[in-house]
Amino acid sequence: MEEIDSGLVEELRVALGDTAFKIQINTDGMTTLLVKKEQVVALLAHLKTKVARPYEMLFDLSAIDERSRAKAALNGSVPPDFTVIYHLLSFGRNRFIRIKVALHGEYPGLPSICSLWKNANWYEREVFDMFGIRFEGHPHLRRILMPLTWNGHPLRKEHPARATEMGPFRLWDEKQDREQEALQFNPEEWGLKRHSDDADFMFLNLGPQHPGTHGVLRIILQLDGEDIVDAVPDIGFHHRGAEKMGERQSWHTYIPYTDRVDYLGGVMNNLAYLLAVEKLAGIRVPARVEVIRVMLCELFRTASHLVWYGTFAQDLGQLSPVFYMFTDREKIFDIIEAICGARMHPNWFRIGGVAQDLPTGWDKLVRDFVNYFPKRLREYDQMVIQNSIFQARTVGIGIYTLEEAIEWGVTGPGLRACGFEWDFRKKQPYSGYENFDFEVPVMQNGDCFDRALVRVEEMRQSLRIIEQCLNNMPEGPYKSDHPLTTPPIKKNTMEDIETLITHFLNVSWGPVIPAGEAMSCIEATKGANSYYLTSDGSTSAYRVRIRTPSFPHMQMLPYISKGYTVADLLSILGSIDYVLADIDR
Amino acid sequence: MNEILKYTLMIVILLFTLTTIAAWLIWLERRMLALWQDRYGPNRAGPFGLFIVAADTIKLFFKEDWIPPFAEKAVFVFAPAIVAAAVLLSFVVVPFAPDILVADLDVGLLFFLAMSSLGVYSIVLGGWASNNKYSLLGALRGASQMISYEVFMGLSLMGVVMLSGSFRLTDIVMAQKDYWFVVTQPVAFVLFLTAGIAETHRLPFDIPEAESELVAGFHSEYSGMKFGMFFIGEYLGIILISAMVVTIFFGGWLGPFLPPIVWFTLKTFVFIIFFILLRASLPRPRYDQLMEYGWKIILPIALLNLLVTGGFTLLKA
Repeated sequence: MEEIDSGLVEELRVALGDTAFKIQINTDGMTTLLVKKEQVVALLAHLKTKVARPYEMLFDLSAIDERSRAKAALNGSVPPDFTVIYHLLSFGRNRFIRIKVALHGEYPGLPSICSLWKNANWYEREVFDMFGIRFEGHPHLRRILMPLTWNGHPLRKEHPARATEMGPFRLWDEKQDREQEALQFNPEEWGLKRHSDDADFMFLNLGPQHPGTHGVLRIILQLDGEDIVDAVPDIGFHHRGAEKMGERQSWHTYIPYTDRVDYLGGVMNNLAYLLAVEKLAGIRVPARVEVIRVMLCELFRTASHLVWYGTFAQDLGQLSPVFYMFTDREKIFDIIEAICGARMHPNWFRIGGVAQDLPTGWDKLVRDFVNYFPKRLREYDQMVIQNSIFQARTVGIGIYTLEEAIEWGVTGPGLRACGFEWDFRKKQPYSGYENFDFEVPVMQNGDCFDRALVRVEEMRQSLRIIEQCLNNMPEGPYKSDHPLTTPPIKKNTMEDIETLITHFLNVSWGPVIPAGEAMSCIEATKGANSYYLTSDGSTSAYRVRIRTPSFPHMQMLPYISKGYTVADLLSILGSIDYVLADIDR
Repeated sequence: MNEILKYTLMIVILLFTLTTIAAWLIWLERRMLALWQDRYGPNRAGPFGLFIVAADTIKLFFKEDWIPPFAEKAVFVFAPAIVAAAVLLSFVVVPFAPDILVADLDVGLLFFLAMSSLGVYSIVLGGWASNNKYSLLGALRGASQMISYEVFMGLSLMGVVMLSGSFRLTDIVMAQKDYWFVVTQPVAFVLFLTAGIAETHRLPFDIPEAESELVAGFHSEYSGMKFGMFFIGEYLGIILISAMVVTIFFGGWLGPFLPPIVWFTLKTFVFIIFFILLRASLPRPRYDQLMEYGWKIILPIALLNLLVTGGFTLLKA
């Protein structure tokens, strides 16, 4: 667990005064400051620019509806109605900081920080959409994930969590008309002009059904000929309320839902969630579990990158690679299926362990793949990366600098393509990544081509990690003997009544995770994925916040695609490597 | 009377054979692509999945032939017919064998160039009449691509005309008795083939339909048999360009032992398969890159080739 950054706290006290903020102690030990809403902008601005080794990145921005939280879990303070939470990341310190603003009232407001960070825009819109909290000074505060005609704000506690609580769905004629009217396209509502001084613009509606967007993503393009003047992504078509579901499911039964957030990342999503749960519960998993988890995560990283590789080539008009790469992905899925029993959504990690031990013969499967795959990767280099048309379509396209990347909250391969060696597996190792020998590929130019190269090289590094897992798989149990391990170990239940009761409760209710807050952060397939869990000591989470990498990446799209053509937009989209479920959750 | 009957019969047989081959090409392409892409392709209906073509045709005929209410109806209906008609007309001058050809025009080559460039009207009119932005973008791309590539398509053939001294295609074939023109005009061959791929809008020159960018480009709004016409037109185009490459650069029907028509067919199919292989292997350049490539690289080469050929011809004379 982290320690509070007392040096920073002192520095802030000197700069902003003793009464500017209070410190809160949380389970995960992250430095947490409670600040009044009048001072939040000053504090954040100070953290971003004034402190030594500043907090450059707005990592996440979310909120909690505190109104029905169990009072015992509140650290004794007067309960606010809502809390807005900022997570900042400092690369220099290699630390996060959490800033909380307590808000009172039915539909409270607080100052916007859009002028401080570019990526605050969408995050604030999301908080507005989900909670009805208004951000004063936001340039374009309107719903982002829910339909414009939606009633209520879903993550408020009074909003029903299931369709069965809402009464049967009816579509009256008037309602249908209203819904259709809301879909009418009016450029001004999107902040787009119809003409410039010398041209009438064409508006092209790309998606939500379009072969190049890889999912239900809609992009409004403002075109002058084929040149993009502006682009506005419209997201939310894939929104399934994953965060809301977390408040209803038990800690254990929420695991399958996480699989489906980054649906190409499979069990890697389980890991991000479980690391946070295990922090709350205080579980340390056995060494074998860590290595099994790492191995499966890296298999999924390779599978995900293969999908990206093939579809990227296909976006650029190359038809064949996607078939070869999906064949290889099938081979990975064969291994995953043998181990987990399922392919894309194995739902296989558990609180305190994994669902089952590795099956007999798993090592042969993995070894065959490790021997087979490098040759294929070399072939793909010749087929795709070295192809001159491929290079003509990607080199120098969609460039952003490191400063821009940080400003927009870019993580993962997109950040490393700007020449910055930042990988959470190295910088803040989790699940035993510190024991593995691998390199972090870095490229310098930050264009589509470099983002591609980083991912290709990452597959080689993943393979190295998998090979190390294969050669050094520790013996031992596949789940921890902690009482909150789910499902708990049964062998001691017949020895004493306490164990029997715990086991019975865990199996019937699901585990009761102690009250507290914890955030995990992993290097997922597409960037930093983090779960910020709030428990009030019951069988399900009080609030689940999922920070996904694709959300800020997609937000950057207009900024990096202006001035390019429609064809380039497809290169840029492909090189971002997003999945819609990861954006919309 | 006998003459008229002979030609009518020839035309009917030719029409029938060509459209049939074009239809089977769909099967061939799908099977070949599947072969190169580690999958099976259509292999269920009939032997080797050959009947898929019949199934496809029946499907196309029975599909709802929808004309969008916002389309320019007359042009929308007329457009797909142009491409098939233009390509089929070009076949009039193709000498399949010494005695199998419809018209031995003395301006055969020019006739071919004229007819094949008419095909783009299909794209432009179809794309415009659809009243759809994707179709419009596709049509614009098609028009500018045609303008860029038509120029050196003609220029690349002039060297051959100089060497053979005739625009008549049978003369060009006969002029290759000693050696094929691909030997003396290799640059022209590459240029013509490139322009031919552009002419048929096959990958990597399929930017008018560029499916990952423009959905289906100029034919996004087309369905049923109208879409089928575009489809057949594309495959007829492949046959035409392959046949012309063979005629102009690979000695047409000439060859030992086997009958002329067999030689011609064999050579043509080599190029058809080359077209398909190309589709399986190359990505698609951006539209402005393609224009740049055409105007800044290929056109100067074509002119240079013409100059050098002209010089040699003068020297020999």
